[in-house]
Amino acid sequence: MPLALLKYGLNAGYRDAPQLRWQPELKKNYDVIIIGAGGHGLATAYYLASRHGISNIAVLDKAWLGGGNTARNTTIIRANYLTPEGVAFYKESVELFRGLSEEVDINIMYSERGHFTLAHTDAAMRTARWRAEVNKHLGVDSEVIDADEVGRLCPTLNMSEDVRYPILGALYHPPGALARHDAVAWGYAKGAMARGVEVHPGTEVTGILKQGNRAIGIETDRGTIYAGKIIQAVAGSSSRVSALAGFRLPIKTIPLQACVSEPVKPILDQIVVSGSLHVYISQSARGEMVMGGATDPYGLYASRSTFDFKEGLMAHMLELFPFMAELRVLRQWAGIADMTPDFSPVMGLTPVENYYIDSGWGTWGFKATPVCGFRMAECVATGRQPDLLKPFALDRFHNFDLVGERGAASVGH
Amino acid sequence: MKIMNCPLNGPRNIDEFVWMGDVKSAPDPACSDHEWTSYLFIEDNLAGEVDEWWIHAPSNNWFIARRNRLTDEILWTRNPADYFSAGKS
Repeated sequence: MPLALLKYGLNAGYRDAPQLRWQPELKKNYDVIIIGAGGHGLATAYYLASRHGISNIAVLDKAWLGGGNTARNTTIIRANYLTPEGVAFYKESVELFRGLSEEVDINIMYSERGHFTLAHTDAAMRTARWRAEVNKHLGVDSEVIDADEVGRLCPTLNMSEDVRYPILGALYHPPGALARHDAVAWGYAKGAMARGVEVHPGTEVTGILKQGNRAIGIETDRGTIYAGKIIQAVAGSSSRVSALAGFRLPIKTIPLQACVSEPVKPILDQIVVSGSLHVYISQSARGEMVMGGATDPYGLYASRSTFDFKEGLMAHMLELFPFMAELRVLRQWAGIADMTPDFSPVMGLTPVENYYIDSGWGTWGFKATPVCGFRMAECVATGRQPDLLKPFALDRFHNFDLVGERGAASVGH
Repeated sequence: MKIMNCPLNGPRNIDEFVWMGDVKSAPDPACSDHEWTSYLFIEDNLAGEVDEWWIHAPSNNWFIARRNRLTDEILWTRNPADYFSAGKS
């Protein structure tokens, strides 16, 4: 990368290299159609093309590239989950993220910050120990630290005991990181399109064509197209699209809100989360404080913002970081999240033959982008559920084999 | 502040209420495991008007609301007794 950059800098021509090679027309047939051109769908296309030699792929999106939850998350990457299934899965994602700038030749601005899950109660300390032990057992760098150590590592945090919920300690996860979410989607799109994958924004899926129980094609507002295999990766609309294919999901659609402050100079290097207070915060590369909380209290398919969210968030945030009282909120928004009963995704094979799903991305989707693409590509190329995805199969709900991932973002425990 | 009309207590801040999900009838307990787990875990998750159970938490009063999940509108709220005796219109 640095050498290539030097060569480019010394090259007098600065030739124009288009990052994305668009194909305007839809073909009649593809080997694979992916519904949803977000990070997950594009990553799946990229790994199908780069690892499995399948590049006759169309990625469809009713809106535009990376415009859904890929653009609406708070970009935190970590592997310090609670269940062995979850930890192993997100660990692979962190490993793929680390090499991603090189892999797709776009700077995703991967920035390791250290991730602190604050504990304000004995119960939360116990969960932190539990998570640390599961993490260490699986080779993920996590440890429990006491209040003094929290204050030393994160000096901007208010460690006073004269608050409603004093900080007793934290689960400290040094590899916790941030990255540019748009760059992740664009990087995968660029890599996939360079290998012949077609991305078609502005193409809405209106029906799934089946022959018996086998998916054979898709009806869109630009005509009917056929495919050997179909993948849906449309978190936020998963139930609506799976209904077109003829099956239901264990998903409730609930908005997840976030906001950023006006940009300020670097003051907070770490990522700080409190499961008990349902808040989390980090400072982005351009200086904005990126903040979020728990999902909304009721289901909705609208990405509206509420005052209630801000009020609840700020009350706790000001206790953790009193200096934030000086800051103004710059933007507020919501993503539409797929919430599952066990805070884990629903991935892989479906009741419909040749139809694959990548769904159930509640508050944990962005950090899983690379591993989803990598393993969904394997799943589709081989037609079998990869070992890493077996715990997340749809049929776990019918076998009473739920995952119970309480290490998910801002989920209380 | 969003207001919900509790059939027992009148209009209140939506913060006082808890969403309890779709109104649906339980299958016969002698049904298959697949049918029972579908009832427990699998959702219609409709994007549109849906009848839902809600609770007014301070008074622990359960009632039914029809809500539009696309527009965030509450169309009406009703006592369960009225809802089930009057049909579901």
